[in-house]
Amino acid sequence: MRSRTLNHYLRDPSAVLGSFLLLVLLVGAVFAPWIAPQNPYDPKVLSLQDSLLPPIWMEGGKAPYLLGTDDQGRDILSTILYGCRTSFLVAFSVILIAGTAGSLIGLLAAYYGGVLDAVTMRLADTMFSFSTTLIAMLLLGIFKGGGIPLVILAIVITDWVRYARTMRGSALAVKQEDYVQAARAVGASNFRIMFRHIIPNAIPPILVVAAVDFGAVVMLEATLSFLGVGVPINKPSLGMMISQGKRFIYAGKWWLVVSPGSALISIVLGVNLLADWLREEINPRLRKR
Amino acid sequence: MCGGALKAPPCLISMISYIIRRIGQSVVVLFVVSFLCFGIFQFLGDPVLTLAGRYATQEQQELVRRTLGLDKPFYVQYAIFIRNALRGNFGLSYTSQVPVMRMILERFPASLELALVAMFIALTLGITLGVVSSLRPRSPLSRAIMAGSLLGISLPTFLVGILLILIFSVWLRVLPPFGRGEVMRIVGRWRSGLLTLDGLRHLILPAITLGLYQLAVLLRLTRGGMLEALAEDYTRTAWAKGLPQRAVIFKHALRNVLIPVVTMAGLQMGELIGFSIVTESIFQWPGMGNLLLTAIYESDHPVIVAYVMFVAGLILFINLAVDILYGILNPKIRYD
Repeated sequence: MRSRTLNHYLRDPSAVLGSFLLLVLLVGAVFAPWIAPQNPYDPKVLSLQDSLLPPIWMEGGKAPYLLGTDDQGRDILSTILYGCRTSFLVAFSVILIAGTAGSLIGLLAAYYGGVLDAVTMRLADTMFSFSTTLIAMLLLGIFKGGGIPLVILAIVITDWVRYARTMRGSALAVKQEDYVQAARAVGASNFRIMFRHIIPNAIPPILVVAAVDFGAVVMLEATLSFLGVGVPINKPSLGMMISQGKRFIYAGKWWLVVSPGSALISIVLGVNLLADWLREEINPRLRKR
Repeated sequence: MCGGALKAPPCLISMISYIIRRIGQSVVVLFVVSFLCFGIFQFLGDPVLTLAGRYATQEQQELVRRTLGLDKPFYVQYAIFIRNALRGNFGLSYTSQVPVMRMILERFPASLELALVAMFIALTLGITLGVVSSLRPRSPLSRAIMAGSLLGISLPTFLVGILLILIFSVWLRVLPPFGRGEVMRIVGRWRSGLLTLDGLRHLILPAITLGLYQLAVLLRLTRGGMLEALAEDYTRTAWAKGLPQRAVIFKHALRNVLIPVVTMAGLQMGELIGFSIVTESIFQWPGMGNLLLTAIYESDHPVIVAYVMFVAGLILFINLAVDILYGILNPKIRYD
């Protein structure tokens, strides 16, 4: 079983490419304090003389600033690595919290039905029809200055819906299966039925949702930070780097936008490539013909 | 269940009762949204300080508080708010002292135009490319389209906008990077940029930026649906009957795929409004989204509340329309 999955994985070049992109950036982000040439948020090491330098391969580029510097004299490569740290931190936290909370809500709604089901699903429908970007932006725009935890919370509030719907769907389908009825007949508790029989069946679709969601959360955090309502200004973030770099594109300093932009795209593209593979692996009916 | 050919009266009645029920639900949702909006702003930051300024005396602050009715109890303020809201009166902007509904309505045409053109691009190109890539799924062209669509859903809207500006405005210098260009008055306050060459040139980049994500989503949906439909028995029967290729693809396969695609497009309107805020901010498009962002930065609460109520009403209306259309297009659906 495992070897077949591995075979499929190795034979899918886009999945391998996706995990490679993701792995490089994840390692870079996790070990940023040790491998980044500079701590871009330590004012002592910044020098305004070295501000707005182009990448090292262009005329005027200067070691050790591999990808150049921004208007504060920060090394762009280092800032990107630190910014990826924020992206991964926010995305992992949101997936963990929203995934757990949303799945539990969906499970309880499906299992107990009735008013609980009606109210949560109506709420989910309503949240779903409004834009997640809009809701998160409003929450952060109203409750200003909450830092990264508030960014995570705002995204969780808009995001749990996906998991609740998926879990509810799987749980409703499994609830009627013979083995669940049998478990009930031999006197298994509600708790046992939910955790031994319903959840294991719902894990694969939830994993697919989480994989797709990961890319969406990374994009949302970057968007919020770009608009100035996300990660605070003294914390590293790819979205904010791009927003600050935008001021200089008319002056031809494209690398201020293109370098952090490439990092952002690589994370999201990497996750989406993996998500595509995962979806086909879990549901072989969708395999490319 | 509604019959397709024979529209029996009970079917019409069930549909009308369904529509009434849905309108009722929408009204409830609007009330909840209004209460949330109002409640959140009540307990948050004192607008008096923003308005009267940090250095205002106690008497000046009291005067502002009384003029705005902020000294009355919560439920009285909410009742006044609802009464005024029903008349379309959401008060004056804190910063510009202009009725906020007027500000929003003035900017609505610009946003609507942008959204409609973006949606048009997304639908036409998305469906066309989706069909093309489903016919020969393994051909280089199809693979290129699929790779492009994956990139499309992996690119955040704001980055697309900036990269387009970089390429077409900074490097190639062929398209303008911001503003709406020359506009022509149609009726009343409605000014359109669709009728002038300059206005159209200004519309191209923002519309592509806003439409790209939806395009990629609709493309993937169309392709998936087409691949399934082309493998169905009725399509194989159509081929076997010797029908021309065009008839099989468009009449048999695509027709069945279009319903979910169009529904998805309708349901994506909420997301489109969210992304339009980002797009408008990048291209300095004079629409509602830009208004909202400025209001958020300046803590201009009446503008935020009016925007949220307006957009909530709009989205609920669109969803309702999509649901009803869905019922008309697909007679199999049951209203229960």
